[in-house]
Amino acid sequence: MLLISCPYCGDRPEIEFTYGGQAHLVRPADPSALDDQQWAEYLYMRTNTKGVHAERWRHARGCGRFFNALRDTTTDRFAATYKIGAARPDPAASEPTPGTAR
Amino acid sequence: MLEPLARIPPAFSSTSWMNPLPPATRLLFFADRAARAAAAGAFPMPVTEEACRAHADGARACLWLGPDEYLLLAPAEPGAARVQAALTAAVGPLPHALVDISHRQVAFEIHGPLAAQILNGACALDLDPAGFPVGMCTRTALAKADVVLWRTEVHRFHVEVWRSFSPYVTALLTEIAGALPAAH
Ligand SMILES: [Zn+2]
Repeated sequence: MLLISCPYCGDRPEIEFTYGGQAHLVRPADPSALDDQQWAEYLYMRTNTKGVHAERWRHARGCGRFFNALRDTTTDRFAATYKIGAARPDPAASEPTPGTAR
Repeated sequence: MLEPLARIPPAFSSTSWMNPLPPATRLLFFADRAARAAAAGAFPMPVTEEACRAHADGARACLWLGPDEYLLLAPAEPGAARVQAALTAAVGPLPHALVDISHRQVAFEIHGPLAAQILNGACALDLDPAGFPVGMCTRTALAKADVVLWRTEVHRFHVEVWRSFSPYVTALLTEIAGALPAAH
């Protein structure tokens, strides 16, 4: 079982978490100004990253909060977890958070 | 004619390691730091911002569930409405939410030297006292049920479980305990 480090609660078993899709998506300020193609791009198109992916997680069966994580989609290794609103960290610049992908 | 509901057996009975706790007042309190400071005049509030910590004062306790989210526990008397009124008056116009959930869940205690081992039969948390010290509390998963777990002593846990899940949880823990030779 993976341990995932919640930015609020610390290392917790993965069964307490739910996945929330790609992080840092910004909703267009004025959706009615977009054409169908642009709106579809926002709604449906995702990066499908192979490698380090910024994504949302929710500590659903713990503190209940959403947070963001950097996870390598090829190894399942979490490089970092961080609070919603924080900038995406540089995974190379810092040590991985403890308690991930053991 | 249907049989009266009194035929339904109690949710659980006492054992050497589990005992049901009496009905209680339970309030869910969403409040930021300012609202919590104001509420401290009416209910014990934690002085720290530390996550996953319970602040108990006599028979009343305030359990951290999430950022700005707390479970308030108090004796069943004089009733949730009284506690709610006192808190609402203390917090005043500050933004907050205060919901009476007294009847949504029931509580029991798991105690004795095997308490952590029994819980770990259905719960993936590290319950070593170093990782989950006395005073720590959290919402977590006990097999398929969501519970609030609070370590009140090294060998004593307070468990809050939604009412309809209590037969499942207690039956499961009974089965787990039965598989531990030393629990008999
Ligand atoms: Zn959490």
